[in-house]
Amino acid sequence: MAEAMSFAWPWQYSFPPFFTLQPNGETRQKQLSAWCALALAYSRRHRLPAMTVREAQDIPLFANSRLQRKLPLESIQVVLEELRKNGNLEWLDKNKTSFLIMWRRPEEWGKLIYQWVLRNGLTNSVFTLYELASGDDTESEEFHGLDEAMLLRALQALQQEHKAEIITLDDGRGVKFF
Amino acid sequence: MDRFSWTTGLLELGETLVVQQRGVRLSDGEEKVKFDSGVLLLSTHRLIWRDQKNHECCIAVPLSQIVFIEEQSSGIGKSAKIVVHLHPASSNKEPGPFQSSKYSYIKLSFKEHGQIEFYRRLSEEMTQRRWESMPTGQAMQVNKDTQAGRIRAVGIVGIERKIEEKRKETDKNISEAFEDLSKLMEKAKEMVELSKSIANKIKEKQGDITEDETIRFKSYLLSMGIANPVTRETYGSGTQYHMQLAKQLAGILQTPLEERGGIMSLTEVYCLVNRARGLELLSPEDLVNACKMLESLKLPIRLRIFDSGVMVIELQSHNEEEMVASALETVSEKGSLTADEFAKLVGMSVLLAKERLLLAEKMGHLCRDDSVEGLRFYPNLFLTQS
Repeated sequence: MAEAMSFAWPWQYSFPPFFTLQPNGETRQKQLSAWCALALAYSRRHRLPAMTVREAQDIPLFANSRLQRKLPLESIQVVLEELRKNGNLEWLDKNKTSFLIMWRRPEEWGKLIYQWVLRNGLTNSVFTLYELASGDDTESEEFHGLDEAMLLRALQALQQEHKAEIITLDDGRGVKFF
Repeated sequence: MDRFSWTTGLLELGETLVVQQRGVRLSDGEEKVKFDSGVLLLSTHRLIWRDQKNHECCIAVPLSQIVFIEEQSSGIGKSAKIVVHLHPASSNKEPGPFQSSKYSYIKLSFKEHGQIEFYRRLSEEMTQRRWESMPTGQAMQVNKDTQAGRIRAVGIVGIERKIEEKRKETDKNISEAFEDLSKLMEKAKEMVELSKSIANKIKEKQGDITEDETIRFKSYLLSMGIANPVTRETYGSGTQYHMQLAKQLAGILQTPLEERGGIMSLTEVYCLVNRARGLELLSPEDLVNACKMLESLKLPIRLRIFDSGVMVIELQSHNEEEMVASALETVSEKGSLTADEFAKLVGMSVLLAKERLLLAEKMGHLCRDDSVEGLRFYPNLFLTQS
Protein backbone atom coordinates (compact mmCIF):
# COMPACT_ATOMS: atom_id res chain seq x y z
CA MET A 1 0.00 0.00 0.00
CA ALA A 2 2.88 2.36 0.56
CA GLU A 3 3.76 4.19 -2.60
CA ALA A 4 7.26 3.57 -3.86
CA MET A 5 7.89 7.14 -4.83
CA SER A 6 9.47 9.36 -2.16
CA PHE A 7 7.61 12.33 -0.81
CA ALA A 8 8.01 15.41 -2.97
CA TRP A 9 8.98 18.35 -0.76
CA PRO A 10 7.98 21.77 -2.13
CA TRP A 11 10.65 24.41 -2.87
CA GLN A 12 9.74 26.29 0.34
CA TYR A 13 10.97 23.39 2.45
CA SER A 14 14.57 24.19 1.38
CA PHE A 15 14.15 27.95 1.84
CA PRO A 16 15.40 28.96 5.32
CA PRO A 17 12.92 31.87 5.76
CA PHE A 18 10.13 29.26 5.53
CA PHE A 19 10.96 28.31 9.12
CA THR A 20 10.61 31.88 10.47
CA LEU A 21 7.12 33.30 10.82
CA GLN A 22 7.20 36.38 8.59
CA PRO A 23 6.26 39.76 10.07
CA ASN A 24 5.06 41.21 6.77
CA GLY A 25 1.32 40.48 6.48
CA GLU A 26 1.18 39.67 2.80
CA THR A 27 4.28 37.50 2.98
CA ARG A 28 2.92 35.69 5.99
CA GLN A 29 -0.30 34.81 4.20
CA LYS A 30 1.62 33.13 1.40
CA GLN A 31 3.85 31.39 3.89
CA LEU A 32 0.94 29.99 5.91
CA SER A 33 -0.85 28.77 2.77
CA ALA A 34 2.29 26.91 1.80
CA TRP A 35 2.58 25.40 5.29
CA CYS A 36 -1.03 24.21 5.27
CA ALA A 37 -0.67 22.60 1.86
CA LEU A 38 2.53 20.87 2.95
CA ALA A 39 1.07 19.69 6.24
CA LEU A 40 -1.93 18.12 4.49
CA ALA A 41 0.18 16.45 1.83
CA TYR A 42 2.59 15.13 4.46
CA SER A 43 -0.21 13.97 6.73
CA ARG A 44 -1.84 12.06 3.88
CA ARG A 45 1.38 10.49 2.65
CA HIS A 46 2.63 9.43 6.05
CA ARG A 47 -0.76 8.71 7.55
CA LEU A 48 -0.04 10.98 10.48
CA PRO A 49 -1.77 9.81 13.63
CA ALA A 50 -3.03 12.07 16.36
CA MET A 51 -0.13 13.67 18.28
CA THR A 52 0.83 16.32 20.78
CA VAL A 53 2.25 19.70 19.80
CA ARG A 54 5.50 18.80 21.61
CA GLU A 55 5.85 15.69 19.49
CA ALA A 56 5.12 17.65 16.35
CA GLN A 57 8.24 19.79 16.83
CA ASP A 58 10.50 16.89 15.88
CA ILE A 59 8.79 15.31 12.90
CA PRO A 60 10.48 15.98 9.57
CA LEU A 61 7.51 18.10 8.49
CA PHE A 62 8.47 20.85 10.91
CA ALA A 63 12.15 20.05 11.36
CA ASN A 64 14.44 20.08 8.36
CA SER A 65 17.66 18.50 9.58
CA ARG A 66 19.56 19.08 6.35
CA LEU A 67 18.80 22.78 6.46
CA GLN A 68 19.30 22.94 10.22
CA ARG A 69 16.03 24.75 10.67
CA LYS A 70 13.01 23.95 12.83
CA LEU A 71 9.71 25.76 12.91
CA PRO A 72 9.50 27.15 16.48
CA LEU A 73 6.72 26.01 18.82
CA GLU A 74 4.68 29.23 18.66
CA SER A 75 4.83 29.19 14.87
CA ILE A 76 3.71 25.55 14.75
CA GLN A 77 0.70 26.62 16.81
CA VAL A 78 -0.08 29.35 14.29
CA VAL A 79 0.03 26.80 11.46
CA LEU A 80 -2.20 24.39 13.39
CA GLU A 81 -4.72 27.14 14.08
CA GLU A 82 -4.76 27.97 10.38
CA LEU A 83 -5.47 24.31 9.59
CA ARG A 84 -8.25 24.29 12.12
CA LYS A 85 -9.82 27.36 10.58
CA ASN A 86 -9.88 25.54 7.24
CA GLY A 87 -11.58 22.55 8.81
CA ASN A 88 -8.52 20.33 8.43
CA LEU A 89 -7.56 19.99 12.09
CA GLU A 90 -9.26 18.94 15.26
CA TRP A 91 -8.07 19.52 18.81
CA LEU A 92 -8.51 16.39 20.88
CA ASP A 93 -8.43 18.06 24.30
CA LYS A 94 -9.49 21.30 25.92
CA ASN A 95 -5.92 22.45 26.54
CA LYS A 96 -5.01 22.15 22.88
CA THR A 97 -2.09 19.82 23.48
CA SER A 98 -3.14 16.96 21.15
CA PHE A 99 -4.47 17.27 17.64
CA LEU A 100 -5.40 15.33 14.55
CA ILE A 101 -4.70 16.59 11.05
CA MET A 102 -7.47 15.63 8.66
CA TRP A 103 -6.05 15.97 5.18
CA ARG A 104 -9.53 15.17 4.02
CA ARG A 105 -12.39 16.69 5.99
CA PRO A 106 -14.86 14.33 7.72
CA GLU A 107 -17.68 15.58 5.48
CA GLU A 108 -15.61 14.69 2.43
CA TRP A 109 -14.96 11.18 3.72
CA GLY A 110 -18.62 10.81 4.57
CA LYS A 111 -19.54 11.74 1.03
CA LEU A 112 -17.22 9.05 -0.42
CA ILE A 113 -18.60 6.40 1.90
CA TYR A 114 -22.19 7.30 1.11
CA GLN A 115 -21.50 7.27 -2.62
CA TRP A 116 -20.27 3.67 -2.22
CA VAL A 117 -23.39 2.83 -0.24
CA LEU A 118 -25.64 4.18 -2.96
CA ARG A 119 -23.67 2.67 -5.80
CA ASN A 120 -23.99 -0.79 -4.27
CA GLY A 121 -27.59 -0.41 -3.13
CA LEU A 122 -26.68 -0.77 0.47
CA THR A 123 -29.13 1.57 2.09
CA ASN A 124 -30.87 0.12 5.11
CA SER A 125 -27.91 -2.16 5.74
CA VAL A 126 -25.90 -2.37 8.89
CA PHE A 127 -22.11 -2.62 9.03
CA THR A 128 -19.54 -2.82 11.74
CA LEU A 129 -16.82 -0.23 11.64
CA TYR A 130 -14.33 -2.99 10.96
CA GLU A 131 -16.24 -4.17 7.91
CA LEU A 132 -16.28 -0.69 6.49
CA ALA A 133 -12.64 0.07 7.02
CA SER A 134 -11.07 -3.32 6.51
CA GLY A 135 -13.65 -5.59 4.87
CA ASP A 136 -13.10 -7.19 1.45
CA ASP A 137 -16.01 -5.30 -0.01
CA THR A 138 -14.35 -1.99 0.44
CA GLU A 139 -10.84 -2.97 -0.63
CA SER A 140 -10.81 -0.84 -3.74
CA GLU A 141 -12.30 2.16 -2.03
CA GLU A 142 -10.29 5.19 -0.98
CA PHE A 143 -11.61 4.97 2.52
CA HIS A 144 -10.34 1.46 2.92
CA GLY A 145 -7.84 1.37 5.74
CA LEU A 146 -9.10 4.62 7.21
CA ASP A 147 -8.27 4.76 10.89
CA GLU A 148 -11.14 4.39 13.29
CA ALA A 149 -11.04 7.92 14.66
CA MET A 150 -11.38 9.38 11.21
CA LEU A 151 -14.01 6.87 10.17
CA LEU A 152 -16.11 7.71 13.17
CA ARG A 153 -15.96 11.40 12.37
CA ALA A 154 -16.98 10.71 8.79
CA LEU A 155 -19.99 8.73 9.95
CA GLN A 156 -20.90 11.43 12.45
CA ALA A 157 -20.93 13.90 9.60
CA LEU A 158 -23.31 11.60 7.70
CA GLN A 159 -25.37 11.23 10.83
CA GLN A 160 -25.77 15.00 10.91
CA GLU A 161 -27.19 14.80 7.42
CA HIS A 162 -29.55 11.99 8.49
CA LYS A 163 -27.91 9.60 6.05
CA ALA A 164 -26.60 7.24 8.69
CA GLU A 165 -26.87 6.32 12.35
CA ILE A 166 -24.10 5.08 14.55
CA ILE A 167 -25.25 2.11 16.65
CA THR A 168 -23.79 -0.11 19.31
CA LEU A 169 -23.38 -3.76 18.49
CA ASP A 170 -22.40 -6.73 20.67
CA ASP A 171 -18.70 -6.43 20.04
CA GLY A 172 -18.27 -2.78 19.20
CA ARG A 173 -19.84 -0.08 17.14
CA GLY A 174 -21.55 -0.13 13.81
CA VAL A 175 -23.54 2.01 11.46
CA LYS A 176 -26.85 1.83 9.67
CA PHE A 177 -27.23 3.66 6.38
CA PHE A 178 -30.50 5.18 5.23
CA MET B 1 -0.81 98.94 45.68
CA ASP B 2 -0.57 102.29 43.96
CA ARG B 3 -2.03 100.77 40.79
CA PHE B 4 -5.48 100.46 42.26
CA SER B 5 -8.24 103.02 41.72
CA TRP B 6 -11.40 103.69 43.69
CA THR B 7 -14.44 102.32 41.94
CA THR B 8 -18.15 101.91 42.46
CA GLY B 9 -17.79 98.21 41.82
CA LEU B 10 -20.45 98.30 39.16
CA LEU B 11 -19.60 96.43 36.01
CA GLU B 12 -19.44 98.38 32.79
CA LEU B 13 -21.28 97.61 29.60
CA GLY B 14 -19.37 94.84 27.88
CA GLU B 15 -17.68 93.79 31.09
CA THR B 16 -18.70 90.41 32.48
CA LEU B 17 -18.13 88.84 35.86
CA VAL B 18 -16.00 85.70 35.64
CA VAL B 19 -15.59 84.53 39.24
CA GLN B 20 -15.65 85.92 42.76
CA GLN B 21 -14.23 84.79 46.09
CA ARG B 22 -14.89 85.85 49.67
CA GLY B 23 -12.34 86.12 52.39
CA VAL B 24 -9.48 87.60 50.42
CA ARG B 25 -6.84 89.86 51.95
CA LEU B 26 -4.77 92.24 49.88
CA SER B 27 -1.14 92.96 50.69
CA ASP B 28 1.14 95.57 49.20
CA GLY B 29 4.12 93.40 48.29
CA GLU B 30 5.31 92.01 51.61
CA GLU B 31 3.50 94.56 53.75
CA LYS B 32 0.02 94.23 55.19
CA VAL B 33 -2.46 96.96 54.39
CA LYS B 34 -5.90 97.76 55.71
CA PHE B 35 -7.66 95.70 53.02
CA ASP B 36 -7.95 92.75 55.29
CA SER B 37 -11.19 90.99 54.48
CA GLY B 38 -13.01 91.39 51.22
CA VAL B 39 -14.67 89.87 48.23
CA LEU B 40 -12.37 89.58 45.25
CA LEU B 41 -14.09 89.75 41.89
CA LEU B 42 -12.58 88.88 38.56
CA SER B 43 -14.18 90.36 35.49
CA THR B 44 -13.16 90.24 31.86
CA HIS B 45 -11.54 93.64 32.34
CA ARG B 46 -10.58 94.16 35.95
CA LEU B 47 -9.68 92.76 39.31
CA ILE B 48 -12.05 94.30 41.87
CA TRP B 49 -11.82 94.10 45.66
CA ARG B 50 -14.71 95.13 47.89
CA ASP B 51 -14.52 95.31 51.68
CA GLN B 52 -16.90 92.78 53.27
CA LYS B 53 -17.80 95.07 56.18
CA ASN B 54 -17.90 98.35 54.32
CA HIS B 55 -19.34 97.88 50.84
CA GLU B 56 -18.52 101.43 49.88
CA CYS B 57 -14.85 100.64 50.08
CA CYS B 58 -14.15 99.21 46.67
CA ILE B 59 -11.00 99.30 44.56
CA ALA B 60 -10.05 97.87 41.21
CA VAL B 61 -7.12 97.45 38.90
CA PRO B 62 -7.39 96.76 35.16
CA LEU B 63 -6.21 93.31 34.06
CA SER B 64 -4.05 95.01 31.45
CA GLN B 65 -1.85 96.24 34.29
CA ILE B 66 -0.90 92.70 35.22
CA VAL B 67 2.53 91.51 34.06
CA PHE B 68 2.26 88.00 35.36
CA ILE B 69 0.86 85.95 38.23
CA GLU B 70 2.25 83.22 40.45
CA GLU B 71 0.80 80.79 42.93
CA GLN B 72 2.05 80.38 46.46
CA SER B 73 0.75 77.27 48.15
CA SER B 74 -0.46 77.39 51.71
CA GLY B 75 1.68 76.55 54.70
CA ILE B 76 1.19 76.11 58.44
CA GLY B 77 -0.80 79.10 59.57
CA LYS B 78 -0.54 80.64 56.15
CA SER B 79 -3.26 80.76 53.51
CA ALA B 80 -2.64 80.06 49.84
CA LYS B 81 -1.78 83.18 47.90
CA ILE B 82 -1.63 84.54 44.41
CA VAL B 83 1.15 87.03 43.70
CA VAL B 84 0.24 89.55 41.02
CA HIS B 85 3.06 91.48 39.39
CA LEU B 86 1.96 94.80 37.96
CA HIS B 87 3.12 97.39 35.47
CA PRO B 88 3.76 100.81 36.90
CA ALA B 89 0.62 102.90 37.18
CA SER B 90 -0.17 105.01 34.13
CA SER B 91 -0.03 108.75 34.66
CA ASN B 92 -3.72 109.24 34.00
CA LYS B 93 -4.89 106.58 36.38
CA GLU B 94 -7.97 107.30 38.46
CA PRO B 95 -7.18 108.13 42.08
CA GLY B 96 -6.85 105.23 44.46
CA PRO B 97 -5.98 104.36 48.06
CA PHE B 98 -2.23 104.73 47.61
CA GLN B 99 -0.23 107.38 45.84
CA SER B 100 2.92 105.37 45.74
CA SER B 101 4.25 101.99 46.65
CA LYS B 102 7.71 100.53 46.91
CA TYR B 103 6.52 97.23 45.57
CA SER B 104 5.60 96.33 42.04
CA TYR B 105 3.47 93.43 43.11
CA ILE B 106 0.58 92.65 45.38
CA LYS B 107 -0.46 89.50 47.16
CA LEU B 108 -3.94 88.06 47.37
CA SER B 109 -4.41 85.82 50.42
CA PHE B 110 -7.27 83.37 50.21
CA LYS B 111 -8.29 82.95 53.82
CA GLU B 112 -11.38 81.02 52.84
CA HIS B 113 -9.72 79.05 50.05
CA GLY B 114 -10.85 79.27 46.42
CA GLN B 115 -7.35 80.09 45.28
CA ILE B 116 -7.06 77.28 42.75
CA GLU B 117 -10.20 78.15 40.85
CA PHE B 118 -9.49 81.86 41.00
CA TYR B 119 -5.96 81.35 39.71
CA ARG B 120 -7.23 79.22 36.89
CA ARG B 121 -9.82 81.77 35.82
CA LEU B 122 -7.39 84.65 36.16
CA SER B 123 -4.85 82.81 33.99
CA GLU B 124 -7.55 82.20 31.41
CA GLU B 125 -8.51 85.86 31.34
CA MET B 126 -4.84 86.80 31.05
CA THR B 127 -4.50 84.52 28.05
CA GLN B 128 -7.73 85.47 26.36
CA ARG B 129 -7.33 89.19 27.03
CA ARG B 130 -10.99 89.80 26.42
CA TRP B 131 -10.67 93.39 27.63
CA GLU B 132 -8.91 94.24 24.40
CA SER B 133 -11.75 93.18 22.17
CA MET B 134 -14.68 94.29 24.29
CA PRO B 135 -14.91 98.05 24.56
CA THR B 136 -16.45 99.13 27.84
CA GLY B 137 -19.22 101.64 27.88
CA GLN B 138 -21.94 102.77 30.28
CA ALA B 139 -21.69 101.41 33.81
CA MET B 140 -24.17 98.60 34.66
CA GLN B 141 -25.13 97.11 38.00
CA VAL B 142 -23.76 93.70 38.80
CA ASN B 143 -26.52 91.03 38.83
CA LYS B 144 -29.04 93.18 36.98
CA ASP B 145 -29.96 91.85 33.53
CA THR B 146 -31.51 94.93 32.03
CA GLN B 147 -29.42 96.81 29.57
CA ALA B 148 -30.28 100.33 30.60
CA GLY B 149 -27.58 102.17 28.80
CA ARG B 150 -27.13 105.86 28.20
CA ILE B 151 -24.76 106.18 25.32
CA ARG B 152 -21.59 107.81 26.55
CA ALA B 153 -20.12 110.75 24.76
CA VAL B 154 -17.87 109.53 21.94
CA GLY B 155 -14.93 111.58 23.14
CA ILE B 156 -14.31 109.69 26.33
CA VAL B 157 -14.60 106.31 24.68
CA GLY B 158 -12.23 107.49 21.99
CA ILE B 159 -9.65 108.58 24.51
CA GLU B 160 -10.00 105.32 26.39
CA ARG B 161 -9.48 103.43 23.17
CA LYS B 162 -6.36 105.38 22.30
CA ILE B 163 -4.87 104.63 25.67
CA GLU B 164 -5.64 100.98 25.20
CA GLU B 165 -4.00 100.89 21.80
CA LYS B 166 -0.86 102.55 23.03
CA ARG B 167 -0.61 100.08 25.83
CA LYS B 168 -1.23 97.24 23.42
CA GLU B 169 1.65 98.29 21.21
CA THR B 170 4.15 98.61 23.99
CA ASP B 171 3.03 95.40 25.55
CA LYS B 172 2.91 93.30 22.40
CA ASN B 173 6.25 91.61 22.95
CA ILE B 174 5.51 90.73 26.51
CA SER B 175 2.04 89.48 25.80
CA GLU B 176 3.36 87.17 23.08
CA ALA B 177 5.95 86.00 25.50
CA PHE B 178 3.28 85.29 28.03
CA GLU B 179 1.41 82.95 25.78
CA ASP B 180 4.33 80.66 26.23
CA LEU B 181 4.51 81.76 29.80
CA SER B 182 1.06 80.74 30.87
CA LYS B 183 1.68 77.28 29.48
CA LEU B 184 5.06 77.28 31.11
CA MET B 185 3.64 78.39 34.43
CA GLU B 186 1.43 75.41 34.52
CA LYS B 187 4.24 73.02 33.91
CA ALA B 188 7.45 74.43 35.20
CA LYS B 189 7.41 76.04 38.58
CA GLU B 190 11.18 75.64 38.90
CA MET B 191 11.73 77.94 35.96
CA VAL B 192 9.80 80.64 37.76
CA GLU B 193 11.81 80.22 40.95
CA LEU B 194 15.04 80.34 39.00
CA SER B 195 14.19 83.50 37.16
CA LYS B 196 12.99 85.14 40.37
CA SER B 197 16.29 84.45 42.05
CA ILE B 198 18.25 85.74 39.07
CA ALA B 199 16.22 88.91 38.91
CA ASN B 200 16.65 89.44 42.65
CA LYS B 201 20.37 88.97 42.39
CA ILE B 202 20.62 91.53 39.63
CA LYS B 203 18.42 93.92 41.53
CA GLU B 204 20.66 93.67 44.57
CA LYS B 205 23.84 94.16 42.62
CA GLN B 206 22.93 97.14 40.50
CA GLY B 207 20.99 99.98 42.08
CA ASP B 208 20.82 101.66 38.67
CA ILE B 209 18.29 99.24 37.30
CA THR B 210 14.84 100.52 38.07
CA GLU B 211 12.09 98.32 39.31
CA ASP B 212 10.35 98.60 36.00
CA GLU B 213 13.32 97.29 34.09
CA THR B 214 13.70 94.47 36.52
CA ILE B 215 10.14 93.45 35.88
CA ARG B 216 10.71 93.61 32.16
CA PHE B 217 13.88 91.59 32.47
CA LYS B 218 12.10 88.96 34.46
CA SER B 219 9.47 88.69 31.81
CA TYR B 220 12.02 88.36 29.02
CA LEU B 221 13.89 85.70 30.92
CA LEU B 222 10.75 83.75 31.26
CA SER B 223 9.78 84.05 27.65
CA MET B 224 12.50 81.54 26.75
CA GLY B 225 15.16 84.19 26.33
CA ILE B 226 17.42 83.89 23.37
CA ALA B 227 20.78 84.90 24.72
CA ASN B 228 20.75 83.88 28.35
CA PRO B 229 22.84 80.75 28.89
CA VAL B 230 21.54 80.19 32.39
CA THR B 231 17.93 79.45 31.41
CA ARG B 232 17.01 75.91 30.56
CA GLU B 233 14.32 75.17 28.04
CA THR B 234 11.85 72.78 29.48
CA TYR B 235 9.06 73.08 27.04
CA GLY B 236 9.67 71.92 23.53
CA SER B 237 8.44 72.87 20.17
CA GLY B 238 7.62 76.25 18.79
CA THR B 239 10.13 78.35 20.65
CA GLN B 240 12.56 80.86 19.20
CA TYR B 241 15.54 78.97 20.50
CA HIS B 242 14.68 75.73 18.76
CA MET B 243 13.80 77.52 15.57
CA GLN B 244 17.19 79.20 15.46
CA LEU B 245 18.86 75.94 16.32
CA ALA B 246 17.02 74.11 13.56
CA LYS B 247 18.26 76.65 11.00
CA GLN B 248 21.78 76.29 12.34
CA LEU B 249 21.60 72.52 12.03
CA ALA B 250 20.46 72.71 8.43
CA GLY B 251 23.58 74.68 7.68
CA ILE B 252 26.01 72.50 9.60
CA LEU B 253 24.70 69.17 8.40
CA GLN B 254 24.40 69.74 4.67
CA THR B 255 27.92 68.61 3.77
CA PRO B 256 28.26 65.74 6.26
CA LEU B 257 24.94 64.34 5.00
CA GLU B 258 26.07 64.46 1.41
CA GLU B 259 29.27 62.66 2.36
CA ARG B 260 27.32 59.90 4.07
CA GLY B 261 24.87 59.08 1.33
CA GLY B 262 22.19 61.54 2.45
CA ILE B 263 21.28 59.94 5.75
CA MET B 264 22.66 59.98 9.30
CA SER B 265 21.40 58.62 12.60
CA LEU B 266 20.48 61.21 15.21
CA THR B 267 23.23 60.01 17.52
CA GLU B 268 25.79 60.61 14.78
CA VAL B 269 24.36 64.11 14.35
CA TYR B 270 24.53 64.74 18.09
CA CYS B 271 28.20 63.81 18.23
CA LEU B 272 29.08 65.78 15.12
CA VAL B 273 27.31 68.94 16.20
CA ASN B 274 28.61 68.95 19.75
CA ARG B 275 32.14 68.25 18.59
CA ALA B 276 31.88 71.28 16.33
CA ARG B 277 30.40 73.51 19.03
CA GLY B 278 33.07 72.74 21.55
CA LEU B 279 31.72 74.75 24.46
CA GLU B 280 28.00 75.44 24.50
CA LEU B 281 26.99 71.83 24.10
CA LEU B 282 23.49 70.84 23.05
CA SER B 283 21.41 68.60 25.23
CA PRO B 284 19.77 65.65 23.50
CA GLU B 285 16.31 67.10 24.19
CA ASP B 286 17.25 70.37 22.55
CA LEU B 287 18.55 68.52 19.51
CA VAL B 288 15.42 66.43 19.17
CA ASN B 289 13.12 69.40 19.64
CA ALA B 290 15.01 71.44 17.06
CA CYS B 291 14.93 68.52 14.61
CA LYS B 292 11.19 68.17 15.04
CA MET B 293 10.86 71.65 13.59
CA LEU B 294 12.96 71.03 10.49
CA GLU B 295 10.07 69.94 8.27
CA SER B 296 7.73 72.77 9.26
CA LEU B 297 10.46 75.33 8.67
CA LYS B 298 10.91 73.91 5.18
CA LEU B 299 14.62 73.41 5.63
CA PRO B 300 16.61 71.20 3.22
CA ILE B 301 16.97 68.43 5.79
CA ARG B 302 14.34 66.50 7.75
CA LEU B 303 13.84 64.21 10.72
CA ARG B 304 12.55 60.73 10.06
CA ILE B 305 11.48 58.21 12.67
CA PHE B 306 11.43 54.56 11.65
CA ASP B 307 8.93 52.01 13.01
CA SER B 308 11.62 50.68 15.31
CA GLY B 309 11.94 54.13 16.89
CA VAL B 310 15.34 54.86 15.36
CA MET B 311 15.61 58.54 14.43
CA VAL B 312 17.61 59.77 11.46
CA ILE B 313 18.25 63.01 9.64
CA GLU B 314 17.87 62.87 5.87
CA LEU B 315 18.46 65.30 3.05
CA GLN B 316 15.12 66.32 1.55
CA SER B 317 16.40 64.95 -1.74
CA HIS B 318 17.11 61.56 -0.16
CA ASN B 319 14.62 58.86 -0.97
CA GLU B 320 14.97 55.85 1.27
CA GLU B 321 12.40 53.88 -0.68
CA GLU B 322 14.58 54.11 -3.79
CA MET B 323 17.58 52.94 -1.83
CA VAL B 324 15.53 49.89 -0.94
CA ALA B 325 15.41 48.83 -4.59
CA SER B 326 19.20 48.85 -4.79
CA ALA B 327 19.37 47.01 -1.48
CA LEU B 328 17.24 44.24 -2.97
CA GLU B 329 19.68 43.92 -5.86
CA THR B 330 22.61 43.64 -3.51
CA VAL B 331 20.90 40.97 -1.40
CA SER B 332 19.83 39.01 -4.48
CA GLU B 333 23.38 38.99 -5.81
CA LYS B 334 24.66 37.47 -2.61
CA GLY B 335 21.71 35.16 -2.03
CA SER B 336 21.21 36.39 1.51
CA LEU B 337 22.78 38.96 3.84
CA THR B 338 22.84 39.93 7.50
CA ALA B 339 22.71 43.62 8.51
CA ASP B 340 26.43 43.49 9.31
CA GLU B 341 27.37 42.03 5.95
CA PHE B 342 25.17 44.48 4.13
CA ALA B 343 26.63 47.43 6.05
CA LYS B 344 30.18 46.38 5.14
CA LEU B 345 29.32 45.88 1.49
CA VAL B 346 27.60 49.23 1.07
CA GLY B 347 29.74 51.26 3.46
CA MET B 348 26.97 52.28 5.89
CA SER B 349 26.65 52.16 9.64
CA VAL B 350 25.10 48.90 10.82
CA LEU B 351 22.19 50.74 12.41
CA LEU B 352 21.18 52.41 9.16
CA ALA B 353 21.86 49.24 7.18
CA LYS B 354 19.45 47.34 9.40
CA GLU B 355 16.79 50.04 9.03
CA ARG B 356 17.09 49.86 5.27
CA LEU B 357 16.73 46.07 5.26
CA LEU B 358 13.74 46.32 7.60
CA LEU B 359 12.14 48.87 5.32
CA ALA B 360 12.70 46.55 2.38
CA GLU B 361 11.01 43.77 4.34
CA LYS B 362 8.10 46.04 5.19
CA MET B 363 7.72 46.84 1.51
CA GLY B 364 7.64 43.12 0.70
CA HIS B 365 10.95 42.94 -1.16
CA LEU B 366 12.78 40.88 1.43
CA CYS B 367 11.90 38.19 3.94
CA ARG B 368 13.76 37.08 7.03
CA ASP B 369 15.44 33.98 8.37
CA ASP B 370 15.71 34.20 12.14
CA SER B 371 17.72 31.40 13.74
CA VAL B 372 20.52 30.75 16.21
CA GLU B 373 22.87 31.71 13.39
CA GLY B 374 21.46 35.24 13.44
CA LEU B 375 19.05 37.34 11.40
CA ARG B 376 19.45 37.03 7.64
CA PHE B 377 17.50 38.66 4.86
CA TYR B 378 16.56 36.90 1.63
CA PRO B 379 14.78 38.10 -1.47
CA ASN B 380 11.08 37.55 -0.86
CA LEU B 381 10.52 34.41 -2.91
CA PHE B 382 7.16 33.89 -1.21
CA LEU B 383 5.81 36.70 -3.33
CA THR B 384 7.91 36.35 -6.45
CA GLN B 385 7.84 32.56 -6.86
CA SER B 386 4.45 31.02 -7.47
